Amino acid sequence: MNERENIPTAIEPERYELREARAYVFDLTRRDLFKFLGAGALILCASSRATALQESGRGRRRMDDMPKDIGAWLHIGEDGRVTVFTGKVEVGQNIRTSLSQAVAEELHVPTSQLKLIMGDTLLTPYDMGTFGSRTTPTMNLQLRKAAAAACDMLKDLAAQTWNIPRENLLAANGKISDPVSKNSATYGDLLKHRELAQLIPDQDPLLPATEWKVAGKPLLKIDGRDFVTGAHKYPSDQKRPGMLYGKVVRPSKFEAKLASVDTSAAEKMPGVVVVRDGEFIGVAAPSEELATRAAAAIKSEWNAAPQPSSKNVFGYLRNNPEARESSDASPKASSPTNAISATYNVAYIAHAPLEPRAALAEWNGDMLTVWTGTQRPFGVREELAAAFHIPQESVQVLMPDTGSGYGGKHTGETAIEAARLARAAKKPVKVVWTRKEEFTWAYFRPAGVIDISASVDSNGHLAYWEFTNFNSGGSGLNTPYNAEVRNEHFQPTKYPLRQGSYRGLAATANHFARESFMDELAHQAKLDPLEFRLKNLKDDRLRAVFEATAKKFGWPPAKKSPGQGFGIAGGVEKGGYVTTCAEVVVDRATGAVRVVRLVSAFECGAIVNPDGLRNQVEGSNIMGLGGALFEAIDFEDGRILNAAFSKYRVPRFKDVPAIETVLLDRKDLPSAGAGETPIVGVAPAIGNAIFDATGIRLRSLPVVPNGLAAT
Amino acid sequence: MPKISSLLVNGAKRPVDADAQSSLLSVLREQLDLTGTKYGCGEGQCGACTVLIDGIPHRSCLTPVADAEGKAITTIEGLAQGAHLHPLQEAFLAEEAMQCAYCTSGMIMSGVGLLRTDPNPTETKIKEALDGNICRCGTHPRIVAAVQRAARLMTHSMKGGAQ
Repeated sequence: MNERENIPTAIEPERYELREARAYVFDLTRRDLFKFLGAGALILCASSRATALQESGRGRRRMDDMPKDIGAWLHIGEDGRVTVFTGKVEVGQNIRTSLSQAVAEELHVPTSQLKLIMGDTLLTPYDMGTFGSRTTPTMNLQLRKAAAAACDMLKDLAAQTWNIPRENLLAANGKISDPVSKNSATYGDLLKHRELAQLIPDQDPLLPATEWKVAGKPLLKIDGRDFVTGAHKYPSDQKRPGMLYGKVVRPSKFEAKLASVDTSAAEKMPGVVVVRDGEFIGVAAPSEELATRAAAAIKSEWNAAPQPSSKNVFGYLRNNPEARESSDASPKASSPTNAISATYNVAYIAHAPLEPRAALAEWNGDMLTVWTGTQRPFGVREELAAAFHIPQESVQVLMPDTGSGYGGKHTGETAIEAARLARAAKKPVKVVWTRKEEFTWAYFRPAGVIDISASVDSNGHLAYWEFTNFNSGGSGLNTPYNAEVRNEHFQPTKYPLRQGSYRGLAATANHFARESFMDELAHQAKLDPLEFRLKNLKDDRLRAVFEATAKKFGWPPAKKSPGQGFGIAGGVEKGGYVTTCAEVVVDRATGAVRVVRLVSAFECGAIVNPDGLRNQVEGSNIMGLGGALFEAIDFEDGRILNAAFSKYRVPRFKDVPAIETVLLDRKDLPSAGAGETPIVGVAPAIGNAIFDATGIRLRSLPVVPNGLAAT
Repeated sequence: MPKISSLLVNGAKRPVDADAQSSLLSVLREQLDLTGTKYGCGEGQCGACTVLIDGIPHRSCLTPVADAEGKAITTIEGLAQGAHLHPLQEAFLAEEAMQCAYCTSGMIMSGVGLLRTDPNPTETKIKEALDGNICRCGTHPRIVAAVQRAARLMTHSMKGGAQ
């Protein structure tokens, strides 16, 4: 058997954005849950569709018949402790805190009384994964509804117990009280010896954001102390009794086939278990150093066909188109004679999460338990079940809060590797990828080529807009600006490296191209870049963030010194509106480019946690800085040439400019997610600022991997 | 191969059984279960594995355990005095100077090392001292603010103590 056949080697860009949620197959009954959770109250939040089915025709169904699409549930125990179960996971985006705020708000309990169980495939409802900025618009709402329903149930209970009208009752600080009769009871007391369960539809009304008391205000990371003391156990920190450390022998190149292997030297090492299964070769040993030595002692020969290199990647993408998924909807208009055109390129880059992929696997008979850092615990469960030909019910995947992902931890290869080694060793095995493995065998943000052609009429209005993205993806493809004629396409192509999701997906590439080109058009039309954008913009929310950034930054800026340049860019994606202004200083003698100031405004509806949101916007700016200025994967013929932090430059303290953030709180609008979109304006704002400083238009990301040419 | 049989970690002598050339990082994590010190790159480029040896920040991934034998090793787990956090730990919480927090241990240990030699560092000095530590989430400005806050806290408590 060759487990590796079951590892997806190529991930379509944005495939996760397109996939429909699979109906949840619910194994537990209400009785099971109470047995596990103890007495108290249980509130389950299901989609309105399931609830409607449940209530149709046959009167009230018994709660033993669980609906199949529960999104989240919440339990209040006899001790008053609230446990929330969600399949979402924490990778630093701080949802453990923001989801706690949502529950605390509606249930009127202190956050200290709350515990979130996240991303455990045995205990939490099915969840497609934590990506696409979906947690705040979906899970946050579901949990608020569950918490609000729980609070109502507690009031009903108190009203019955005290035989008083429910309307007078107040919920606060984990208690229900009646100001008239002075009755008061904790949630735990009200729930003593009870097993109450309630199913609530996803469409229940909620407190408007204007009445929020806990949400909408800053709350520090709720388990922050565990992180500053080193107590938190990340996936790579997990340990089990008798555990071994695993290493995998990697092919010499991508797509290589094993020609020969000699494992005899490794097999002679005391304590070392060697596994050879098809193309999978790995070892397990009592220490990581011994496992590393044993893997190095295995001699393997591999054959691979020649492969493209980073030097010729953009030509390769353009010359290898694949069938488009959808036919062209708009009629093809020929580009007008006054149109100008440009081509933009975007390099492959790596997520480089500081915690590399890690998994600890343990078999008990046919039951497999895996602790791993993944944004898709249920997806990894599916991968494991398929790899080992066992039912999904035999696999439990647990996701301890993980050292970041940025869209890079959607797949389960490390989990499969650890599980394969653990099965052979008959002991728990932990596999932690080295930095070189993380830079090589993970997947990358896709490279892309973007062609744009556009014309502007004599009034400064966009007349024609044609935009084609080769390979990098369709997110953020459509312009928010008005244009009489629009042709916008995503053109899939063959691609040379394993590629997949990355924070913001292709919206970063598409915004870089579009917002740089808008700058080119503004200069051609002899209009201020901001004025040109506003002239062509109907969307009031985007207009508002442009105006907020401009005000904070001081746009139009007065040019102060030679080498100084200013740029602006913006866009809308995943329900979030962002604009970014950059100030750069270019030293023409050395070619050095320094970003000295980034100002951005962001609006994503009603703000749940202002400081958490600010942290995400700042972080997006800094992460975006790397991809804008210098990050690029250098590859040649199936090998990564810069698979180390000493060769792949990421932003460091000295690279970080002054960062200023304006948050627009729209309490009248639903909350959208914020972990991704603030990244999209950074690269074009910097590119436009460099143009402003030098007159040089840089159309390839990263724009200055080695600085500008000295003059 | 020569062996190392004990280390002085966080004020206590701890038995270990390690080859002299084993990395201090692997011994701390595997044998002493001090997993607050992180692996990030194995080439001294990211700072996630930073510990103090006789008060000076070192990259434990590149430090042979023999070099640390008999010296005072401080890891992130040894900074707090009982329930009382180190001022820089407090400052990281107050400034929310983390997202995924995987870099946090190394940042704090590097910062403590800096504050030990320079109790009132300028922003430039802080950026220089921490430039070898990578934060991928982009919390750099908050980390700088946390070191500045800790410097104020420590200066204040020293002045308070002298009165």
